[in-house]
Amino acid sequence: MEKRRLSMTVNGQLYEVYVNPKRLLVEVLRDELGLTGTKRGCDTVSCGACTVLINGLAVKSCSVLAMQAEDAEITTVEGLAAGGQLNPLQRSFLDHGAYQCGFCTPGMLMSATALLREKPDPTRREIQEGIHGNICRCTGYNSIIRAIAAVAQRKPGEEGQ
Amino acid sequence: MIRDFVYLKPGTLDEALALLSEHRGECKVIGGGQSLLILMRQGLVTPAYLIDIKHLDELNSITFDNKDGLKIGATTTHRTIETSEAVKAHFPVLVEMEQNVASIQTRNWGTIGGNLAHADPAGDPGPVLIALDASFRVANTEQERTISADAFFLDYFETALQDDELLLEVKVPTQKPKTGTAYEKFTIIKNDLGIASVAASVTVDKVGKCTKARIALGAVAPTARRAIQAEQDLLGQTLGEDLLNHIAQKASEEAKPISDIHASEDFRRHLVKVLAARMVAKAWKQAIASA
Repeated sequence: MEKRRLSMTVNGQLYEVYVNPKRLLVEVLRDELGLTGTKRGCDTVSCGACTVLINGLAVKSCSVLAMQAEDAEITTVEGLAAGGQLNPLQRSFLDHGAYQCGFCTPGMLMSATALLREKPDPTRREIQEGIHGNICRCTGYNSIIRAIAAVAQRKPGEEGQ
Repeated sequence: MIRDFVYLKPGTLDEALALLSEHRGECKVIGGGQSLLILMRQGLVTPAYLIDIKHLDELNSITFDNKDGLKIGATTTHRTIETSEAVKAHFPVLVEMEQNVASIQTRNWGTIGGNLAHADPAGDPGPVLIALDASFRVANTEQERTISADAFFLDYFETALQDDELLLEVKVPTQKPKTGTAYEKFTIIKNDLGIASVAASVTVDKVGKCTKARIALGAVAPTARRAIQAEQDLLGQTLGEDLLNHIAQKASEEAKPISDIHASEDFRRHLVKVLAARMVAKAWKQAIASA
């Protein structure tokens, strides 16, 4: 199969790759770009471990053709930490023990990032809805919700944002 | 493993229709692909050509005016419908329905046109749009035509679209005064595909008698379908418990459910009864309370 040229911006860096058009976004991110923070879980749009942002929208990269991300701005979990420093959300996950095995964490972080951009001060219910599409099989949802809520309550001007 | 295909990305709607005509029968159209890619990965759908219309902004719009009603372009995402002020103001039932479709991620990428053309009998928009008397504008390279939502779903994953036709737009007529519409699905896990669902739309006159009714059932037949007998038995009636019991029974008889891993046929009929009574009552009360 003839490979197609695909250019997209991932975490602020422009990439140009040649891919079989049947490649899914998660495959290109992991296998072509080496960005293995994004996890492949169920592969059937169910678990959310592969969640990334496309032009700011949370999507499941296991079920998006890479070609559909042409010219898009993609953010993966690798794009959250700046200059080797965890961002406030990542820090909060650490502080609240919001992971056990960690496999769902990248997807949870990306869904939470999208949620907080849209609703900087979400209610508990809105947080639950915001991560509804992400499954944590260790069932550590309460600490994840606490971690997100803690970042949301951060006052403007506080350290780290 | 997804079978190899030739990826085609038309720049305009006209180009998309030309490609569809050229490759008819051996291509699939992809919107957000939230259902299609799963089927392709399972090897159930193996198109030689894939025509990508996700990026076609010509089909990405929501407009409303009193004369023409609501128009939603086929590539509009579920999330855009869910968060549209126009939809919220005029068809809150569509917002409520969308909030319960899959996950935010799926709603961010999946399109209304893709959902309808996929024609999963458990899909949520189908029954609601049938209850709202919606219709779908479709086209090939030669002509356009309009298919009522009620006549669009032909069989399990089969629609009235010809193999060179593309779904362009969903049209929902402005609702008559004193009309209410309600939708609910039964799921084990919130936002899953429904095990059974019912949409009902009721219009009443000044004294609260039903002058028009639509009842659409989801996930209990090869397609979303109307419970026509139940609808007819509502006409001229006033809301009451005996009537609701009768309607629930009729609707449940009109369902054609199967037994599968999720529920038995009997349980699905029971769900239709419960949901039909509940949705008719809800729509009716809305209609009475509305202007």
